[in-house]
Amino acid sequence: MGVKYIGAEVQRMEDLRLLKGSGRYVDDITRDRMLHVAFLRSEHAHANIKNIDTENAKNLDGVHGVLTYRDIASSFDLKRMSQLFPAPVIEQNITQYPVANEEVCYVGEIVAVVVAENRAVAEDAVEIINVEYDVMPAIIDCRLALEPNAPKAHNKSKNNLVGVIQTSFGEIDEAFKTADHIFRRSFLQHRGGCHAMECRGVVAEHDASENTLTLWSSTQCPYLVRRSLADYLGENEESIRVIAPDVGGGFGPKAGFYPEEIIVPLLARSFGRPIKWIEDRHEHFVATTTQRDQKWDVEVACNADGLIKGIRGEVTHENGAYVPYGFLLPFTSLTPLPGPYAVPAVDVSLKVVFTNTTPNSPVRGAGRPYAIYAVERLIETISKNLNIDAAEVRRRNFVKEEQMPYATGALLRDGSPVKYDSGNYHSCLEKALALAHHASFKDRQSSARNDSRFIGIGISSYVEDTGLGPYEGTTVRVQPNGKVLVRSGSASQGQGHHTFIAQIVAETLAVSLEDIVFESGDTGKFPHGVGTIGSRIAVNVGPSAYEAANAVKDKAIKLASETLEAAEQDLELSSGNVQVKGVEDLSVSLGDLARTLSPKAGGKVPSGFTPSLEATSYTGSNGSPFASGTNVAEVEVDILTGNVKLINYSVAHDCGTIINPKIVDGQIIGGVVHGIGNALFERMIYSEGGQPLTNTYADYLLPLATEMPNIEIVHEESASPLNVLGIKGAGEGGTIPATAAVVAAVENALEEFNVEIDYYPINPQHLTELIDG
Amino acid sequence: MELWLDLKERKRGMNSREISLKLNGCEVTATVEPRIHLADFLRHTLGATGTHLGCEHGVCGACTVNVDGDAVRSCLMFAIQVDGKNVTTIEGIANSDKTLHPIQEAFRKHHGLQCGFCTPGMVITLEAFLKNHPNPTEFEIRKAISGNICRCTGYQPIVAAAMEAATNLKNQGQ
Ligand code: FES
Ligand code: FES
Repeated sequence: MGVKYIGAEVQRMEDLRLLKGSGRYVDDITRDRMLHVAFLRSEHAHANIKNIDTENAKNLDGVHGVLTYRDIASSFDLKRMSQLFPAPVIEQNITQYPVANEEVCYVGEIVAVVVAENRAVAEDAVEIINVEYDVMPAIIDCRLALEPNAPKAHNKSKNNLVGVIQTSFGEIDEAFKTADHIFRRSFLQHRGGCHAMECRGVVAEHDASENTLTLWSSTQCPYLVRRSLADYLGENEESIRVIAPDVGGGFGPKAGFYPEEIIVPLLARSFGRPIKWIEDRHEHFVATTTQRDQKWDVEVACNADGLIKGIRGEVTHENGAYVPYGFLLPFTSLTPLPGPYAVPAVDVSLKVVFTNTTPNSPVRGAGRPYAIYAVERLIETISKNLNIDAAEVRRRNFVKEEQMPYATGALLRDGSPVKYDSGNYHSCLEKALALAHHASFKDRQSSARNDSRFIGIGISSYVEDTGLGPYEGTTVRVQPNGKVLVRSGSASQGQGHHTFIAQIVAETLAVSLEDIVFESGDTGKFPHGVGTIGSRIAVNVGPSAYEAANAVKDKAIKLASETLEAAEQDLELSSGNVQVKGVEDLSVSLGDLARTLSPKAGGKVPSGFTPSLEATSYTGSNGSPFASGTNVAEVEVDILTGNVKLINYSVAHDCGTIINPKIVDGQIIGGVVHGIGNALFERMIYSEGGQPLTNTYADYLLPLATEMPNIEIVHEESASPLNVLGIKGAGEGGTIPATAAVVAAVENALEEFNVEIDYYPINPQHLTELIDG
Repeated sequence: MELWLDLKERKRGMNSREISLKLNGCEVTATVEPRIHLADFLRHTLGATGTHLGCEHGVCGACTVNVDGDAVRSCLMFAIQVDGKNVTTIEGIANSDKTLHPIQEAFRKHHGLQCGFCTPGMVITLEAFLKNHPNPTEFEIRKAISGNICRCTGYQPIVAAAMEAATNLKNQGQ
């Protein structure tokens, strides 16, 4: 028999290499005769380009070329980039040129590119390019973008409205007419960038003899990059190979397709030499897509007992200057409504507006943290106004386990109903409360108060649609030496794909984890993949790995039954062999079976079999499994300085069947810390004119070890009925509820000052103002 | 696009110095431009790419290497400054028999890394710290790595790994 790997806390297969410094990230790749590029980026939020003088730069020693839009467009059809996710609701579908043509619309937009012998020289040359701009008025604050006299983000557009979306179901007017109470909240939400520790980067190489392009990119979605580049160039997809090597974190923004992923391969081809571009951190702040502000005006109708009858409101969403990623971020800002609660009517609309800031795309959690934050704010508001314990308001409103699968009433974009497949929200809440010693908190609070310390507790519950389709396939192939090759499209940025996929295959085929050879994230190795976004990999690749491994197992048993002259039902897999149950001597190795199915010249594949001991599966999940959970944060606020300190943090988390508890806990803790960063630290500030003011890590604060609490986790494992392994996604469930828990805890700590937080990240100075009234 | 194919000879060695150092125990002699920082020198001149660059402005700690016993940020130090010095990078931290250093081992056990990008800097920082602080508290470890940013792990597993490594190092009498 094999080892039980699924659910086991095995150590990661990835770690040895990475710990020894033998990882291979994009900047670690060198090619013969490689040149380097650096970009000149717009220093204005909105301007027309009058003239670009590249003469001095071109004359610098070591510079091989300086190119503007005009230079490249003289020999290549340099059009605007295409929309990655088109949708009819996008009224102004404005994407950018890879190199700006006449108008620049955010600080960071590419204006010219330098090719040089090394990066230092390329950067020297960038400094001496002279650009004359005609500076135009810029719109930066999304709340002002639709005012009649607001500056327009684009010269030629009629206004700043990109489009409007809405989620609406039930009898909303009725709900508000008949409710005992209506409460209203307004707040601004701010989410920052991904800030993966590795910035983006691209190496491109053109093979002139085969006319193929190879790209190494620090991307979450190599297949999306390949498709988009092939479409942009009007070329054969199979002539382009995109490899995501080791990637130093992704968190969303590396899932897009960027101008640099067009320019670098184009130059590699025209210069006939490999080209490398490595984004520096300063660039990352302006050139990598990010999340930003949402303004929410939202109200809730409820009964005297706190039972919610309806939620309605309006949202303004800051989009940035272009629409690179469709409306995926806005959509995910509404789809989580109304969270884990059985709310009969919802009507919320969201306006997407242009601003002259870096374009947006999802960051860990995408729009979901905004929506969950909004709902949780309403729960807190009901609790305060009706004087009902915040946990109790949740209990009264939660969808109950026996209501599963529960259709919220909302519709997905394809018209199908949003359905929570499984989960036990009550149980998660109680587990989180127990972990947080919630019952004794009041005592803790009053004794702290006696010492003039202000501590508070905050709860946040959430649901998350995980496992976005359509699939993420896997091939499992036994090699003649018995090692099992597993290939998948799913690129990893640290989530341990190798390990957990190997666990599934190794358990199914009764081989050891070390017998698995894993390859992924390379379009040259697997026909098609989708990408590592939206907590979707385990949900999609788990089932396909499981199915492919089972198909290999069946084939091996069928063939072995002929070889061993035994009935199939009498055979089992054990330690790399197929054997007669319990009889090790009557066995044949998987490697030998693989050899039988891949004969040499003149050989023969046994009749009734296809060649190769392998199988491929694209089985995924039959819809989105909904992960869920509750977080409880305990904080202490220093009313003198406004400093917020996290004391305890408790998580009850339900992501269905867990393949590797260590990896899942790692995702949760990292995710929570990201959410705490959103609540307390990460703020991308622009000046009124659109200059980014926080573009170093001295100014833009990321969570550090000293500020983070110990995070305790308890699991609820309600298996999803939607896929064969019962998996739900786990990549974002830490982040989604965290901000709301921290903000609620701060308000709770400052109860006696009646502080209402209307903006996050909570800024200590602002907090002292609120405390002082 | 032939237009831009005019390959110009860059004047090499115009402004350069010869330096010698010990990298992970091996003597190295190289010619460097004075403006090249240590991280670029290690990565691109010497091909030791285990040292990573996360910010290039001295905040993230990903580039941390050990110079004569101190953990330093190699993006804030010029290559010429290590002339005559001993530099240890992640590639040289393992035990002499090539097995993992107790800190590396503990990182593996406690899932102290995800993407692995911050990891070399973390390990080097902790190695220097634990040498001088064999009995650290959890918060002392948090302070020790407060100049190393990790976006993936939330730090907790790194702290757990460091606590265990401290114990193991002490037991080994290292
Ligand atoms: S790269 Fe040196 S501190 Fe960030
Ligand atoms: S493991 Fe990814 S940044 Fe630390």
